[in-house]
Amino acid sequence: MRKCSLSAMNSVFAEIAKEAALYLPVDGKDGRAAYTKWEEGKEWSSALNTVKSPKDFFFPQTEDLMEFKTSGKNIEIVDVRGESEDFVVFGVRACDVKAFEVLDRVFLSAPVDSYYASRREHGVIVSVACTRPSETCFCQTFGIDPTGGAGDISVWKTENEVFWQSNTEKGEALMQKLASLTEECGAEAVEEQKAQISAIMKKLPLASLKADAFGGGKTAELFNAPEWDELSATCLGCGTCTFVCPTCQCYDIKDFDTGNGVIRYRCWDSCMYSEFTKMAHGNNRLTQKERFRQRFMHKLVYYPENNEGLFSCVGCGRCISRCPISMNIVKVMKKLGGNTNE
Amino acid sequence: MQVKEYKPLIVAFCCNWCSYAGADLAGNNRLNYPADVKIIRVPCSCRVNPMFILRAFQRGADGVIICGCHPGDCHYTSGNYYTRRRMAALFSMLDYLGIERERTRVEWVSAAEGAKFAATMNDFAEKVAALGENKRLEDLRCKR
Amino acid sequence: MQKITRDQLVEKAVSLLEAGTVSAVLGWKKGEFDYDITPALFKSAEEIKELFVWNDFCGANFSKYLVAKAPKQEGKLLVFLKPCDTYSFNQLLTEHRFDREKVYAVGIGCEGMADIDKVKAICGDGIVSINCGEKMAVGTIYNDAETLIDYADVLAERCVNCKSKKHVAYDELMGDDGEVIDSDRFDEVARIEAMTPDERFEFWQDQLSRCIRCNACRDACPACTCEKCVFDNPKSGVENKAPANSFEEKMFHIIRAFHVAGRCTDCGECSRVCPQNIPLHLLNRKFIKDINEFYGDYQAGAEVGSRAPLVNYTTEDLEPSEVFDRRDTNA
Repeated sequence: MRKCSLSAMNSVFAEIAKEAALYLPVDGKDGRAAYTKWEEGKEWSSALNTVKSPKDFFFPQTEDLMEFKTSGKNIEIVDVRGESEDFVVFGVRACDVKAFEVLDRVFLSAPVDSYYASRREHGVIVSVACTRPSETCFCQTFGIDPTGGAGDISVWKTENEVFWQSNTEKGEALMQKLASLTEECGAEAVEEQKAQISAIMKKLPLASLKADAFGGGKTAELFNAPEWDELSATCLGCGTCTFVCPTCQCYDIKDFDTGNGVIRYRCWDSCMYSEFTKMAHGNNRLTQKERFRQRFMHKLVYYPENNEGLFSCVGCGRCISRCPISMNIVKVMKKLGGNTNE
Repeated sequence: MQVKEYKPLIVAFCCNWCSYAGADLAGNNRLNYPADVKIIRVPCSCRVNPMFILRAFQRGADGVIICGCHPGDCHYTSGNYYTRRRMAALFSMLDYLGIERERTRVEWVSAAEGAKFAATMNDFAEKVAALGENKRLEDLRCKR
Repeated sequence: MQKITRDQLVEKAVSLLEAGTVSAVLGWKKGEFDYDITPALFKSAEEIKELFVWNDFCGANFSKYLVAKAPKQEGKLLVFLKPCDTYSFNQLLTEHRFDREKVYAVGIGCEGMADIDKVKAICGDGIVSINCGEKMAVGTIYNDAETLIDYADVLAERCVNCKSKKHVAYDELMGDDGEVIDSDRFDEVARIEAMTPDERFEFWQDQLSRCIRCNACRDACPACTCEKCVFDNPKSGVENKAPANSFEEKMFHIIRAFHVAGRCTDCGECSRVCPQNIPLHLLNRKFIKDINEFYGDYQAGAEVGSRAPLVNYTTEDLEPSEVFDRRDTNA
């Protein structure tokens, strides 16, 4: 374990940014933190949660896949790929790091999504221990440890110091570059912080939430549950929950006619939208209830069924704080999970 | 050093009954106006949806002008009165977003006003040329 | 703090339900915390007694739900309307978007709604309880004592600039009716107008670049009731699910604001629901301000059946070319 003083972080960031693009949560003009590219003058936000998750770095909201240029009867296919730049994402919470595992299982299983894979290869994730979880946090429901230890490098921030520990080869390589700015140290302060966080976690209002009622094999039991009607009754059908979610991975591939060619791109899609997976015969989910159910069944039943019980929710709490009607996965779990969660 | 002369691309939406005929007359009378004015004929100036204007900018226009019959002379009685209100509101909004106000214009040109059509286009092209390329409402994908 | 109590509303809802006047109730439902309140359709008195809430976080405007919910209902639907909601209610009626006969509207007074982000800015994260008494008492896991907050400090922007406490539509009114307020809601628009074009461009570029195109503004908007939005229709040529670049962002927001211009009642739902905190109401208010200046004062939804300014005209209207001359001489 190594440490540096909090006031030295600016030079650490400058050192990292020399060789790779560095992204970290920075407070915006409206007071909300968002992942921003570091440059001299940008300060690490004290806020732990960001409105948008860091999934953008590996799976951007829109991404050009290729371009076609036509002249006469010839079509030229232009390679527009540009995802081979090294980058570092700093200050990621444990839940968001876990979300990358959820995404990995989708994009890195055959056929491998080479765009995603290439970004994964070039990105280094620096996690930060979650010292101040919010009331909307429920990562412990999914067995996630917010006290640190995730990602390529784990960081603990105390009042005046920052502690570093590498977890992977990639992380170790980056740590070596920072060797002159950090010093070897013991783990006492970190252990103390871990204990503090664990104590806070027990006090969170959603600490007792359990996902026992969900998981693979529950489709028959839950699909026709009468509760879906009530839960989805006032859903507006917007895409806020899906777009702020760190694990939502559905996308659409579309062509944009530029007037002198075509750009094929992909963009996030939302199962809450009426046009989602529209096919020649029309839409396969005609009501908002069916779309709503799809989203939660996917996270709590279908995905674990195909991934050894891993839920595709990490309890980051973004949908809880951002849904226009305050409907969210916790309410769904409590309603469908019966009295076990009361 | 030789600088390539910048010529703005202008889209002119002209109503079928007055302004398009006015453009025709300008041509018949061999009046000069910039060749970079692309005329799109619409049944009435009020056919122009704000989306058309934004799409013209997206596809590379540097200025968009809408020409219709003089107020009171609309072939459909009142179409251009609606145009007048809508465009006043829209242009004010574009200005509010910081888009140069000289890039959009509404002009009433009758079928008999070939000279006015040519003069309007010359003046508009000159104003737009002075602003240079449309950067604030451009879509870079269309410029590749 | 709201003057009308939760118990009064519950009593009203239950009595109307039990008398058979209405068959269902559109109301606010308790959440996990005291601020995450979900709009819900209540069908039984038990449910209402147990789960109905009314506090300073009941911001959702129910008018739009009438478009989808009222026709499916056997009998009447009870809806509670705050003053600003009644304007949306009237505007939807003007546009024939729901059947008035299917709805029983109860107007309720409103003292302004709180913005949870403002609350959190004061007391921090980790909220476990909010009690709305004389002051708002907020308990968090990080503070030993409850934080006491003045309501005025956490009032939502739209409520700070409340345009009316008057109910313009209802079958029954609970409590006293208020008055139309001469608010300062256009001040911010005027401030932006006074910037240079470069500053304005930068301001909006900065704001709109945060847009994630979740469509929450559109889906929550009571004026956006198209069966199929042009931005969802693959045949329109402009359909797009994501803000591919800064042009797309501007296009979406300009067109959306224009489409509701003259029909927007300035209820502020767009800004309330925006996950990225974009001040979308400033686009709509710009149109309202312009329309008031160009064509005379007009408040959408103030009365049923009025003709919106952009589908109306006089032969003496201002020319588009005069818009700026006029502003420049006024400035």
